Amino acid sequence: MRDRTPLWLACAVAALAAASFFIPGWLLNQLLFAFGRGLAVLGLLVLWRAGLVSLGGALYFGLGAYSVALLQRAGVSDALGLVLTAATLSAAAGFVLGFLLKRYRGIFFAMMNLAFSMILYGATVKNRSLGSTDGFGVAQPSFFGVVFSEPAHAKLALFLMLLALGYGAMVLVHLYWKSTFGWLGTALRDNEIRVEYLGYSVERVIHIKYTLSALLGGLGGGFFAMGLGQVDPDSMLNWVASGELLFIMILSGPANVAAPFVGSFLFEVLRTYALDIAPLAWQFIIGATLVLLIFFAPNGVWSLLARPFVRKS
Amino acid sequence: MLEVVGVSKTFGTVSAAEELNVGISAGEVVGIVGANGAGKTVFVNMITGYEKPSVGRILFEGRDITRLHPREITRLGICRSFQVSQVFTSMTVADNLLMALSVRWTTGAAMLKDIKRDSLVREVDALLERFKLVAERKRPAHQLSQGARKLLDIAMALAGRPRILMLDEPTSGISTDEKFEFMNVVMGALAKDKVTVMIIEHDMDIIESFVSRVLAFSQGRIICDAPPREALSDPDVVQYVLGTSHAGH
Repeated sequence: MRDRTPLWLACAVAALAAASFFIPGWLLNQLLFAFGRGLAVLGLLVLWRAGLVSLGGALYFGLGAYSVALLQRAGVSDALGLVLTAATLSAAAGFVLGFLLKRYRGIFFAMMNLAFSMILYGATVKNRSLGSTDGFGVAQPSFFGVVFSEPAHAKLALFLMLLALGYGAMVLVHLYWKSTFGWLGTALRDNEIRVEYLGYSVERVIHIKYTLSALLGGLGGGFFAMGLGQVDPDSMLNWVASGELLFIMILSGPANVAAPFVGSFLFEVLRTYALDIAPLAWQFIIGATLVLLIFFAPNGVWSLLARPFVRKS
Repeated sequence: MLEVVGVSKTFGTVSAAEELNVGISAGEVVGIVGANGAGKTVFVNMITGYEKPSVGRILFEGRDITRLHPREITRLGICRSFQVSQVFTSMTVADNLLMALSVRWTTGAAMLKDIKRDSLVREVDALLERFKLVAERKRPAHQLSQGARKLLDIAMALAGRPRILMLDEPTSGISTDEKFEFMNVVMGALAKDKVTVMIIEHDMDIIESFVSRVLAFSQGRIICDAPPREALSDPDVVQYVLGTSHAGH
């Protein structure tokens, strides 16, 4: 049967692109933040499908964000160049750390990621040239040499670029999940011994998935920084940021490459309304949502959205 | 084909294998027998790379494989099934076999191609036929009966087109009535490939019926290496492997 996922993803992205010309600025901002995080969560999903949960997702998200900011300081101004370089740097960092982390599983893998993210957080907070706890600003980038005089136009261009790269990432990850290498994730989650005795290195599989996850984290962080116009350690590198990415991952569910983007947008909406309804106890609403989700939709909101389309056998 | 030369294995002060010397020729079906703790599984584990010998060498087709990793040994052509079946429990039977074939026979950039390729699916169908698993093809592996799961485990090992296949207690957990039928399916499936087979087995009726040579283990040593009838009447085998109740059986 023909795979229609790339087609319907293209339709959804085209519809969003068309809608972005008409939606209010605040909603465009929400979507920018949500889809930036969505890219990072897609990276975490690559690991989750292999049975690996990272508690330090903000490591590469923050690295991507700070890379964009520092590259700007170094004179790079093009948005595409910034995010692609940030993603490449994050992937390189993931590749290096992967040599160590591929040996760990379960809680140790999760905590090692958290430890490295907190090391980076600590280094950033203590570094005055990086703005310490305040961070520093990210200027409006250019787009293929074009500098928009109107910030709203720049935001729109950034969003369209995020949609284009996000679509590419979704399709590539979807095709990857359908490949032998993608299936190896499920295989090693089920039974590492059998994978080795089929003649393939489990550690190699984890290393490659980890690097891919880091790349997506960096790409998401890069877009997030440009969307926000600032980098700071608390919202991008702290353990709370990692927790948010993990929350979105569970909210989204592992079933589909589009799920992290839907889940991430729902998270933005949920947090906005929770803050509005209960400014001093919004975390209560977030926590209760997570509990309800685990009880009633353990496979994430995507499983609820997809339910009407799943044929009963 | 396979030579085990002066191999010993100790775990701390416990000796699990002592001075093992044995050669296996192509096409043989070798039964490995012994009481629990006699060293059978350690022997197979050392050949397949799961354990490393403390002393000695293991040669496969002239190549020293003593220190190789299990996956390297698998790729050279020594595959195995396990006493406790090692399958991908969340996948269907057909997907288990697809995974086994694809991982073994896909390299480089082809690893990024869609796994459900016609050539692989045809091979999956052939394996399902050979192992009488056609009716189970869409069933998740965790829902399989013990026997079907064992068959799947062996089929996955055979997907690597091994030259030596090691079966670790293939009939354990299968009822006495079904053992022969099970082994007929297994040996029938293996016959086409003319693969050399080594079987760890406790059931002496199975040994007598399906193997051409017996290696009997006791306390980490090979105490008998002979054809089945001769081996099963050997006084040492009777005493240390079968127990005295089998004498004159």
